[in-house]
Amino acid sequence: MADMKDLADAIIKGDMKTAVEVTKKALDEGVEPQKVLNDGLVAGMGVIGKRFKANEVYIPEVLIAARAMKSAMEVLEPKLTEAGVEPVGKALIGTVQGDLHDIGKNLVIMMLKGNGFEVVDAGVDVSPDAFVEKARSSGAKLIGLSALLTTTMPAMEKTIQALRNAGVEAKIMIGGAPITQAYSDKIQADGYAPDAASAVDLAMDLVVA
Amino acid sequence: MANTLKINKIENFLYGKAPSVVRCGREVEIGAGQVIPEINFTLPMMTIDDKNWCEVIKQYEEIIDGVLKRAVRLEVPQLLVEFETLPEMTNRPQWGLEITRLLADKMDRCYRDYGLKSALRLTINDVREFNRPPLMRSGKYWGNLCGILEGSAEAGADLIAIESTGGKEIGDEALVNCDVGASIFALGVLGARDMEFLWNHITDYCNRTGVVPSGDSACGFANTAMVLAEQNMIPRVFAAIVRVISVPRSLVAIRQGAKGPTKDCAYEGPYLKAIAGVPISMEGKSAACAHLSPVGNVSQAVCDCWSNESTQNIRMLSANAPTVSMEQLAYDCRLMNVAASEGIESIIRLRDWLSESDSPLDPQAYVLKPEIVLEISERIIAQDNPYEQSLEAARSATEVLKRDSREGKVKIKENELKWLDMIEQQLETLPEDEEQLIEQMLQRPEFRGKFLPAEYGI
Repeated sequence: MADMKDLADAIIKGDMKTAVEVTKKALDEGVEPQKVLNDGLVAGMGVIGKRFKANEVYIPEVLIAARAMKSAMEVLEPKLTEAGVEPVGKALIGTVQGDLHDIGKNLVIMMLKGNGFEVVDAGVDVSPDAFVEKARSSGAKLIGLSALLTTTMPAMEKTIQALRNAGVEAKIMIGGAPITQAYSDKIQADGYAPDAASAVDLAMDLVVA
Repeated sequence: MANTLKINKIENFLYGKAPSVVRCGREVEIGAGQVIPEINFTLPMMTIDDKNWCEVIKQYEEIIDGVLKRAVRLEVPQLLVEFETLPEMTNRPQWGLEITRLLADKMDRCYRDYGLKSALRLTINDVREFNRPPLMRSGKYWGNLCGILEGSAEAGADLIAIESTGGKEIGDEALVNCDVGASIFALGVLGARDMEFLWNHITDYCNRTGVVPSGDSACGFANTAMVLAEQNMIPRVFAAIVRVISVPRSLVAIRQGAKGPTKDCAYEGPYLKAIAGVPISMEGKSAACAHLSPVGNVSQAVCDCWSNESTQNIRMLSANAPTVSMEQLAYDCRLMNVAASEGIESIIRLRDWLSESDSPLDPQAYVLKPEIVLEISERIIAQDNPYEQSLEAARSATEVLKRDSREGKVKIKENELKWLDMIEQQLETLPEDEEQLIEQMLQRPEFRGKFLPAEYGI
């Protein structure tokens, strides 16, 4: 019988082949898709996430685990849809207008995906209007804005204003080297995360709570 | 470039002295015996647009006035000022050139009125990656970059630098995956090819105008790695190895005619000085205002210019941040130069203190230790082309870190030792021939569409 602990262990080790095999086996044996997701995949990612926060492992190991989860999800997703199970949340993440820095944004995207979010990558140098358009077309419940330059920080405020003026109700979180909680409060973002790992916690708080 | 080091003896590897001296600006001599402060700065949080342009100008006026006044007060013998354009200032060249003119005029006046010897380095922000995938050799952004370059001499720049980004399309992905093969491809193949094209263009302009082509930096690669390692995102050993891999790429600028001082944020500078003999600008503890690092002292050990990387024009208790940095750099340089005035033994003593205070504690500091720089540089220059050199750089850095951690000379965390083995295994799978690596990388699905091979002559 498929053991959810084996599935979680496969995710932790980044063992894509075993993760897919155990997922298939579990579904064939009639295990609830939600249980496979929560007790196997998310549980495994939870362990790797804790190890990352404790500085025991590095991002490449988190990414290997996330790839194993992605492969297993390809098997699981149709069953989740059939069962009416929704992803944790849908997020739209991008770097604001005038700014080309994307490694921070990409790390947040990887971490969110690894934690069960569906993520739309808006790219870099994204204008406020483009954010509004992508927010509408994606239906994202969470929007993440990134900036690395002091001279592109004001574009964050403009983007938030544009989103609010357009009636977009998604929660908005911000981050990047020059950003602070005080700035987040000033421009009325819903939250600020100082790094990629905290961005996942914040996203969970904003979307799930 | 000859297959011998320009500096091959540790007793000749000294701060303030480089085999090739650069003379520029208002009587500035770099690498001739004194360490020179290099001050950098940027705007506080503000928008750069037509409406705000007067305010932008006022900011730069305030910065340079404060910096020059403090330099005069502290009797700084020579000063290098770096102005690095922000993307808007490359994309509208007349903006970048207007600020260049403003700074140059103020420095001229200060030289006339107070005798402050100075030179202005204009660093062009590379905007080519506004296109995704980037167009490296044509198009609007390349045109903008050329526009500011072509106006730089007339605007008063004494030196030209750039932080070029060729290969960064692959570099970021390589870093977060600790993929040493992709890092070598990004730096030693794509980066090196782009540098050859770009620096040929820059030096051609400089030869026509008398502006000094100074240097490039692997900032977008190796400093990104350093910052990620500082945040515990990637292993420090990987960041250390990426730093050494970046050396052959930065050497391409020099092969194409760059004279130095190399860019301050090019922490690979000591290798460039040992191999090519050019003076180098470095930053370390003085740059904590811009980013944290584990190499605060060792980075200073063989520098010729000493920089603060960049600081926002914001008010501190004493003065605005660029003025504060100016004072810190002035005192650091004063100490180094007084030690130098007492003779070579004092220089070596201070150099070794700077080196030994950091290098045993972190692999990134260890690969900047002067003795290690010479050892690895010898191995790099024994190779024929940037790819082979980058491969050798990675191999030798890995080997040295494994060897010297076993001997207790450098502290490497327990959970990082396995990464050295994993990197070594990755290196064993890489081909000796560049064409084979290119073929392998072109086959990788995750890289498809991220870069345009033709833009790199592939």
